[in-house]
Amino acid sequence: MSTRANTNSDGRWLGLYVLAYLVFLYLPVLLIPLFSFNNSIQAAFPLQGFTLDWYRTLYGNPVLSGALANSLVIGVIAASGATLCGITVSYMDLYGRSPLAATISAIARLPILIPGVIVGISLLILVNLIGLGPSRISIVLGHILVALPTTVVVMRSRFAAIPKTIREAALDLGASDWTTFRRVMLPLSAPAVLSAFMLSFLISFDEFIVVFFLAGTEPTLPLYIWSQLRFPRSLPTVMALGTVILTVSFIIAGTAEILRHRGLGAARRNPA
Amino acid sequence: MGSFAKRAMNMSTIVAARPLPENRISPVFRFAMLLPGGLVTFFLILFALGLVVFLAFRGNDGSLLGVGLTAQNFLTVATDPLYWTVTLRSLVIAGLVTLATVATAYPVAYYLAFHAGRRRNLLLFLVTLPFWTSYLLRVFAWKIVLAYNGVLNSAFIESGLWKEPTLAFLNTPAAVVVTLAHAYAPFAILPIYVALDTIPKSLLEAASDLGARPFTSFCRVVLPNSMPGVLAAALVVFVPTVGDYVTPAMVGGPASTMIGTLIQSQFGKANDWPFGAALSVCVMLVILCVVLVARGADRRFGSRT
Repeated sequence: MSTRANTNSDGRWLGLYVLAYLVFLYLPVLLIPLFSFNNSIQAAFPLQGFTLDWYRTLYGNPVLSGALANSLVIGVIAASGATLCGITVSYMDLYGRSPLAATISAIARLPILIPGVIVGISLLILVNLIGLGPSRISIVLGHILVALPTTVVVMRSRFAAIPKTIREAALDLGASDWTTFRRVMLPLSAPAVLSAFMLSFLISFDEFIVVFFLAGTEPTLPLYIWSQLRFPRSLPTVMALGTVILTVSFIIAGTAEILRHRGLGAARRNPA
Repeated sequence: MGSFAKRAMNMSTIVAARPLPENRISPVFRFAMLLPGGLVTFFLILFALGLVVFLAFRGNDGSLLGVGLTAQNFLTVATDPLYWTVTLRSLVIAGLVTLATVATAYPVAYYLAFHAGRRRNLLLFLVTLPFWTSYLLRVFAWKIVLAYNGVLNSAFIESGLWKEPTLAFLNTPAAVVVTLAHAYAPFAILPIYVALDTIPKSLLEAASDLGARPFTSFCRVVLPNSMPGVLAAALVVFVPTVGDYVTPAMVGGPASTMIGTLIQSQFGKANDWPFGAALSVCVMLVILCVVLVARGADRRFGSRT
């Protein structure tokens, strides 16, 4: 009995610690929305009163809306590419039974072990060599690379959670590889596909370190923010913009998480 | 879900798994499925990294791929004390960040694995959520916290703790460490949690049945078994921090220039791409050493069989 009481009190202290940790994690980030409503050019206490002026400055700014459009287009294309690669790479890794597929899967997760600055400069050299130069296509290539480890990990764990017997049954019933993949395995992992797509979209949408090297004359949203940080006058505008971006990120990431968990739960329950 | 999937699922419960013939996968299907990943991995990753290594051995003549074949770039890195200082500083900062991140994340992962109960999924979601928010914004948040007329200074003056704002927060290596530790905090929890969560509960029961106190069983059962997760967490925090150039630029000031800053400037203002490539190769070698050390440590501590 004494050990149980002991672990309970341990749990309580740990619980407090986790709470403090969450505060540390979120407090600095939540200051951005707080001061974005503050009627002062400086992010400092005491608060000067409520205003929506900084949000109004976001409207009708052509550079900003251009950057937003760029970020959205690049994000969707890069996420599609990264998700396609994530699906095929992890599927072949699990079912391809070839050393090549395993190698590709291992290399696809390699970018985790390369700092962003090196990914950025290596792609800068590459796109200059093949004549693309810094451009939106180059950014898409860079973001496919940055998002690839995430999509591979998400899809791989999803495919691995589908019981082997399902795929084997489909093949035994005479389905071709392609039919098995398209009509059995892909529908069964649809929530993970959507989740991988949303997460890689977020990665691309928020990415700064690599895009810094690959952007030509048309900036993405993070590059626009970076360019504005030099001017103390535009800090409140950056905070208003940051608040919008944070809100959107929270919503997309939340939906992706829910999808991923729901998908896994269904896969575990159904086949039994 | 397709009807085929349903039929296949029904079948799967009836038909026992039968080993499939080895080469049933059609070559066309295999080729089509390997193509996208193969292009990206071999062309965008391996070929691009190969270009960096190639460029590192060239001289700078302003052209894209440089000229000649030389080891001069590496000689400069090895002989100029500036690069030793900056490399050492990057290693110390990244090391401190890694240590701080892993040490603070471990109790959280432990709570998630053993005490969270029904709140586990919610907490897991809350600690991973910042991972998906803009890195630039997280760093920017620290800039407004630490600035001369920023949040921390003004809050202290408001509360009467001190009278004059201090410059001591911003533009110090300490600011870089705190900001990076905060920015990469979510990276560390998940690997440790996964390692802790896979420890069989029977192991803990066995330890306590054999008379181990909670502390002993933590030190001799839980900690060694979670070492693979701790090492993985350390790697995923160390790698991006050692090459970071954004945080030093935002909150670090000139005294906290890191190796990533130098690489970035070689491809920007300084415009010496071969030298920047050589610096990148050095960073990759350092990371390779760290990975090998972590591998070795994993083998030593990884008592799991």
